[in-house]
Amino acid sequence: MHTGLFLNLIKTLGKALLGACRDLAPIVIVIAVFQILVLHQPFPELVSVLGGLGLVIVGLALFVVGLDIGLFPLGEALAEEFSRKGSLVWLLVFAFALGFGTTVAEPALIAVTREGARAAAEAGLINNTPADIQRYALHVRLTVALSVGMAIVLGVLRILRGWSLPIIVVGGYILVMVMTLFAPKEIVGLAYDLGGVTTSTVTVPLVTALGVGLARTIRGRNPLTDGFGLIALASLAPMIFVMGYGFFSY
Amino acid sequence: MELFLNPTKLLLTTAKDVLPVLGLLVVFQMVVLRRPLPRPGRIIFGFVLVLVGMACFLGGLDLALFPVGRAMALQLSASAQTGSSWAAYGWIYLFAFLVGFSTTIAEPSLIAVANKAEEASYKAVSSKGLRIAVALGVAVGITLGTFRIVTGTPLYLYILFGYMIVAIQTYFAPRMIIPLAYDSGGVTTSTVTVPLVAALGLGLASNIPGRSPVIDGFGLIAFASLFPIISVLGYAQLAQWVVRRRK
Repeated sequence: MHTGLFLNLIKTLGKALLGACRDLAPIVIVIAVFQILVLHQPFPELVSVLGGLGLVIVGLALFVVGLDIGLFPLGEALAEEFSRKGSLVWLLVFAFALGFGTTVAEPALIAVTREGARAAAEAGLINNTPADIQRYALHVRLTVALSVGMAIVLGVLRILRGWSLPIIVVGGYILVMVMTLFAPKEIVGLAYDLGGVTTSTVTVPLVTALGVGLARTIRGRNPLTDGFGLIALASLAPMIFVMGYGFFSY
Repeated sequence: MELFLNPTKLLLTTAKDVLPVLGLLVVFQMVVLRRPLPRPGRIIFGFVLVLVGMACFLGGLDLALFPVGRAMALQLSASAQTGSSWAAYGWIYLFAFLVGFSTTIAEPSLIAVANKAEEASYKAVSSKGLRIAVALGVAVGITLGTFRIVTGTPLYLYILFGYMIVAIQTYFAPRMIIPLAYDSGGVTTSTVTVPLVAALGLGLASNIPGRSPVIDGFGLIAFASLFPIISVLGYAQLAQWVVRRRK
């Protein structure tokens, strides 16, 4: 029985490896062609580049297989349990914790807020001392994490109640544009970029599985039209909250 | 340079990313829902695969693609300073387009969402088609974003215009694609795309006179999250139009 499972795993992995090669071929071709034809240069340290490429392919394949047998089933099982148990409060607490917890420690977010704080200090919005810069970066980071937590809560409520996503998202866009007109100029670019960096490689599959799982177990909801949309809200909310923080603090 | 960098350190950094999420899930499953994990061995094995996979993926990128890609982005943007001819910028736009497309195709979170969408729609949405539509959107977005840095036009004008297009498309596009299209904007910008694109943006902004890296170097990520929404909605509209014409 174990050999059967093992064979199955080998087969899945082999398929995933082939898929990973296909997915990575375009970028390898682009870089190689530019290196050789445009910049007229051979590859530096060919061995380490090839070794790294092998690692990337294996890594992507393992990630995709791991998603299918680990992250996706767990996310869906949780969604199912929550809707069976029918405890709205716990579901919302979970949604908030998932959004806040996965965002607050996100390396990309830490890097971008640090840059943003430095830019703000140079522009004279805050005092140019390390302590002030650090505090500002931390505040922006907490603001973003809070906004993502609340966005996931709103998104889960939307799935449960069947609210219209376009109205929420387009309304959010209008709010972003109005705020852009009045917010301090230095924070606008930062706020726009923060929308994109909050959604990490582990969070995205999990949040998607949660949404689709909820939509699937609740009667009258469609996994495609109701299950998606959580990520969209999680990238919209930080823009609004960070610009709001901009009003509040200057 | 250090060949095959420090694997333990890499695993630890990835673990810091994955373990809090796993902890949160397990706590809720055990304490709040009071249910044992369904097939715990399999799920834990899956998490280990995700963890090891991400560590290999990120380590490999650092070893193979990022140094070359970054050097290339900087070299290309440096040529923008000396030769301000159209040809010099032409290569930059082509590079921006191709890097936007090819990094998005390799983006793990997009693969995850596209596979889920194919499954949730009972194959009405093809994972491959969706990923190509998103990648085209990112490619156009990044190209336009580099054009904005070169010309120095204000970011919010582009974003405003993009939002207006999305709002209009939302009105006409098939309803079933809308949430997925909105989601694809947030998914595209993670592990593979951001480092290369950020290098291009910062390099350009610091090489073109009159641009500031802190103000002009950033907005590229915003472009890369807006344009996939337009391209995915457009892809669905096109598909709908073709189906209607055939009838």
